[in-house]
Amino acid sequence: MMSAVNDAEFNERLQAIIASHADQEGPLLPILHSVQAEWGYVPEEAQPILASALGMTRAEVYGVVSFYHDFRDHPAAPHVLRLCRAEACQSMGADELADQVREALGIDWHETTADGKITLEPVFCLGLCASCPSAQLDQRLVGRASLEKVRRWAEGVRA
Amino acid sequence: MKIFVPIDAAARAVGSDEVAVELGAALKRRGVDATIVRNGTRGMIWLEPLVEVEKDGVRYGFGPVDEADVDALAGLIAEGKVDGHALSLGPVEELPWMKGQQRLTFARVGVIDPVSVADYEAHGGLAGLRRAIEIGPEAIVNEVMESGLRGRGGAGFPTAIKWKTVAGAPGPQKYIVCNADEGDSGSFADRMLMEGDPLCLIEGMAIAGVATGATQGYCYIRSEYPDAIRAMNDAIADARRYGMLGQSVLGSDYAYDMEVRVGAGAYVCGEETSLLNSLEGKRGIVRAKPPIPALEGFMGRPTVVNNVLSLGAVPWIIENGGAAYGALGIGRSKGTIPIQIAGNVKYGGLFEAAFGMSLGHIVNEIGGGTATGRPVKAVQVGGPLGAYIPVENFDVAFGYEELATKEGLLGHAGISVFDDTADMLKLSRFAMEFCAVESCGKCTPCRIGSIRGVETIDRIAQGEEEMIPVLTDLCNTMKWGSLCALGGFAPFPVMSALTHFPDDFRGRSAPRKEAAE
Repeated sequence: MMSAVNDAEFNERLQAIIASHADQEGPLLPILHSVQAEWGYVPEEAQPILASALGMTRAEVYGVVSFYHDFRDHPAAPHVLRLCRAEACQSMGADELADQVREALGIDWHETTADGKITLEPVFCLGLCASCPSAQLDQRLVGRASLEKVRRWAEGVRA
Repeated sequence: MKIFVPIDAAARAVGSDEVAVELGAALKRRGVDATIVRNGTRGMIWLEPLVEVEKDGVRYGFGPVDEADVDALAGLIAEGKVDGHALSLGPVEELPWMKGQQRLTFARVGVIDPVSVADYEAHGGLAGLRRAIEIGPEAIVNEVMESGLRGRGGAGFPTAIKWKTVAGAPGPQKYIVCNADEGDSGSFADRMLMEGDPLCLIEGMAIAGVATGATQGYCYIRSEYPDAIRAMNDAIADARRYGMLGQSVLGSDYAYDMEVRVGAGAYVCGEETSLLNSLEGKRGIVRAKPPIPALEGFMGRPTVVNNVLSLGAVPWIIENGGAAYGALGIGRSKGTIPIQIAGNVKYGGLFEAAFGMSLGHIVNEIGGGTATGRPVKAVQVGGPLGAYIPVENFDVAFGYEELATKEGLLGHAGISVFDDTADMLKLSRFAMEFCAVESCGKCTPCRIGSIRGVETIDRIAQGEEEMIPVLTDLCNTMKWGSLCALGGFAPFPVMSALTHFPDDFRGRSAPRKEAAE
């Protein structure tokens, strides 16, 4: 994937991130989190640079990036809706809620709405198991989630 | 006047931020001089947002408070009243949920301002660490040994043995690693402690450092817990300023410091060796044991890996003595256990009590049965790898060995309640699919077995009852052939469902909807 950003600038920003983690032991995960915070995903072009900075092979860095669910290889939509799919939430109708939301948004898991605004993702437990089902609308956690709450949020971010 | 509005994620998720802001504004309009403290949650999640008003040293509760209730509540407070509102609960400490508990680890959660060392100390904090410094490493390990404290992450390994091994291991650099990768559905105690009393965990880790000679600690928190990450980082910064962490812990000759590390959405990293790999910046692949982490852990050096709740119990144990802790509980399950009651339950939340209550008492008396009002069908204890326990076995006592007699496991002491509409075949399929998605891939029984498990259950769902023995056989292979608890325990929910609810597996004809991604 080609980067949309200027190569020199990209490299400079990446080097700054690497430098900011210089005194940490085993810094790759913190670095990847910072990279994703900076660009919204982990650009493929970052991987060889990280590999040489950390004395790892490119394959090792790729192996780490691809192992963890959190790291994206492409940017998500500006808004991310996460619905918990774990057992406690299932006991309170999470599957039904997920069906309703998927129908209302016209997308399946990991997909983005036609207007490019919202990506839907599953999550396995947000630790809100006594107020199920739970969801996360961007940074905001939602307990006792309902189609109504999700719809209100979706209308808000699409407006 | 002090007013408390929880900042715990479970309270925020139902609107406590808005309540705090609105209430502050409404009181200001009425000219009331009030300080709004953002405390942790008391653990009565069905009452969140739970607003508490302090009067003459007693905290009176109101909840659940909606934004729409705020104005009336502010009016009441302005009149100096703490009662007489539809949401009035009276003194919070007198509520049956609070009175029935024995809060040792969670004593301050919901009570104090979470990130203030001053408030922490005013409520008894640091007494454990001070005594630890006074009595020294060997005596600390002896106290923990005497307490009978076992791994609260689920494995139940005696905490003191790990500490003793690390203390005796040679090496210039040792580590304390806190496993805060609380991924089990139905569990939220780690999150509640980190958000409501992070200094308690920091103190426990510092004591572990003093006991073992480890000078660096890592708290590995799952990325799904942004609030806990923030609270821990704030508390660590405050602890450093106070001299609780650093080159000289509380002015002593002991050095100990720590940092938060954030996971990246891999359930298997809750397994200690996989966690260590992740911490080193590698794929979260399980390591074969031996070598044990106590001898070759983080970066190949001696490392204590303990759960949040194990480390969180330590300050109380050192302050009050291991014998006092060990006097509580039953059999080999000593002390208290923070029980998390979740899912389809009327009164969900955290209830800390000595081991030994019956499961039925926990679910029906404390939890009040289901939220839907329908009969309880089963409860899953211990997260996605825990067994489904039917109502017939509700007389089982809550303890490590006791649950094992019913083919169950304590896990992280989270209980998810299901009513009679639950489809046990679908939940079994979910268990296998979850295992397939989250498998680290190192061993075949887990990596391949879980996928075959999904396929086999799908065939049973289409009426192929003759596949049931195949599923049983597969579960047996996974249970005994997997390298770690992910593949090894995924058969528990499946086999328990199959054993106790055979009707859900027989006579199926229509293909069922997929349970998981």
